[in-house]
Amino acid sequence: MKLSPHLNPKIFDSDIEKSANRNGYGEGLKLAGEKFPKVVALSADLVESTKTNLFAEAFPERFIECGVAEQNMASVASGLSAMGKIPFIASYAMFSPGRNWEQVRTTIAYNNANVKIIGAHSGISVGPDGATHQAIEDMAIMRVMPNMCVLAPVDKHEAKKATLFAAERFGPVYMRLARNDTPVITKEDSPFTFGKAEIFMEKNLDTKISVAILSTGTMAYHALLAGKELNESGIGASVVHFGTVKPLDTKMLDRLSKEHDLILTVEEHQAAGGFGSAVAEYLSQVNPTKIIRLGVRDEFGQSGTPEELLAHYGLDSKAIVKSAREVLAS
Amino acid sequence: MNYLSDSEVEKLEHKANEIRQSIIEMLIEAGSGHTAGPLGMADIFALLYFSVLKHDPKNPDWEERDRLLLSNGHICPVLYATLAHAGYFPKEELLTLRKFGSRLQGHPHRESLPGLETTSGPLGSGLSQAVGMAIAARMDNPYTSKYIYCLMSDGELQEGQTWEAAMLAGKMKLHNLIAIIDRNGIQIDGYTKDIMPLEPLAEKFAAFNFDVQEVDGHNLRMVSDAIGKAQAVYSQPSVIIAHTVPGKGGDIFERDFRWHGNPPGKGPENFVKKSEQGPAALRKLRTLSGAINAPDHD
Repeated sequence: MKLSPHLNPKIFDSDIEKSANRNGYGEGLKLAGEKFPKVVALSADLVESTKTNLFAEAFPERFIECGVAEQNMASVASGLSAMGKIPFIASYAMFSPGRNWEQVRTTIAYNNANVKIIGAHSGISVGPDGATHQAIEDMAIMRVMPNMCVLAPVDKHEAKKATLFAAERFGPVYMRLARNDTPVITKEDSPFTFGKAEIFMEKNLDTKISVAILSTGTMAYHALLAGKELNESGIGASVVHFGTVKPLDTKMLDRLSKEHDLILTVEEHQAAGGFGSAVAEYLSQVNPTKIIRLGVRDEFGQSGTPEELLAHYGLDSKAIVKSAREVLAS
Repeated sequence: MNYLSDSEVEKLEHKANEIRQSIIEMLIEAGSGHTAGPLGMADIFALLYFSVLKHDPKNPDWEERDRLLLSNGHICPVLYATLAHAGYFPKEELLTLRKFGSRLQGHPHRESLPGLETTSGPLGSGLSQAVGMAIAARMDNPYTSKYIYCLMSDGELQEGQTWEAAMLAGKMKLHNLIAIIDRNGIQIDGYTKDIMPLEPLAEKFAAFNFDVQEVDGHNLRMVSDAIGKAQAVYSQPSVIIAHTVPGKGGDIFERDFRWHGNPPGKGPENFVKKSEQGPAALRKLRTLSGAINAPDHD
């Protein structure tokens, strides 16, 4: 197996650096503020946990505290954008775009407003807060919205670059982030290319059967661990990270579906409607391929540690290996 | 303050008449749409676009223009008619309202038509957007005299988002924000006092730190004076509660909530006589310049 040169060289070490990708958002937003005077930031009483505080401290005159009012925050951002500003609105994904979906649809997406929606604390790895705070439907409700892009960065480095990209690109963007510290997968100078997936691990070529593990967001780490184990045990496994969920890198899907016997997607999201569904929607038309979608199976999350929850809902490396083996053996 | 002379008032009233006539023609042609709200707000729209607003119909994106947001998008026939009469697009286009391929969508879409400042329809989000615009204008110039006008219905105040926006406007003391509420007392299912009472409305907005004025929404001099006063308030956002008669301009339309969402061409038989439908409705319109000669089509 071959690893991408863009990966952290310590990727399989036990002392790999861990940091939440929201930290990258905070740094990226501050940098965007320095580069682009039109960037403004809004918070709905979650300035610290969305890491908007770095921007708010640097540019207090360009920061708007909306209070606990996500519906208002979305439409205020639309108004700011209509006057030429580049607003970033950050809250927990459960509340934005969860609670304010219609305001996002009508006043941001339909207006093609230049608003960036940051959904922090997405996925079940939010952990102890429980199901009320675990957004596992956000990619589904955002990717069906015309004009909207959906980003899910793998770590803090990619989140920082994606934030700068969002500031530069005109139009609505949704970026989902995670709460807890996760392994830093990439390097500071690794590239982020909008709309392009990246092959983190290429399969061993001398195997008879192979799987392409497609992940989005912070799930790449579990995908890489699983890929390593599979390659070492006689099943060829490629691991590909999709930092952009919409628009989907369909060229990459064309290639992967031709070169592998099985596509396995993994996401911290409902198995229905999210990243895996997008992959299946595309491939079913152009190159029908066996696809296993790992995600939460039509149920709500619960309290627990991130590790306990990922194991319980079948989203860790063990679950990925088990699913791949079972399907390829059958 | 812009004190209107008698002749200016008369000119605006004639303009409002023309707008009302266009509204009825558009709705008859469309065969669906809202009647009461647009007719009730024709006077205020005429005042805003022909006397109050800094704007340039030939240059709709002029950066220094005032902004007017229509929050209750369903009364867009009055906005479209006024924009056409002001010269934003040809008046003939008004008859494409709600038709396939038209720039005049059933509810306004900013990207479709020049002169629209936003997309609206789902109620309660206009004030938030106006707050965002007012904040942006003030970020660029703390002493800005670029005013952001937000037109809202009374029924839509039942949407909680309105009050989220009001809280933020009050907190930020947005002097350049002027909300105008069409207090016509009706909504789709009945009278607001029965569906969900709003009173004491003035006190509610005062409690949210707004400067509040109440006016007769058909008395153009009174509305104009109130807007002038609102512009002069520099430490608070302003709201003008304009008491209007829904369906104003024709006896058959006035004060009946059933006209909220029905067009003149197609009133349900049980409340509109056949003899009062279609072009007959146009002939019922009161004008300052004699009867309207509207022949029946069939």
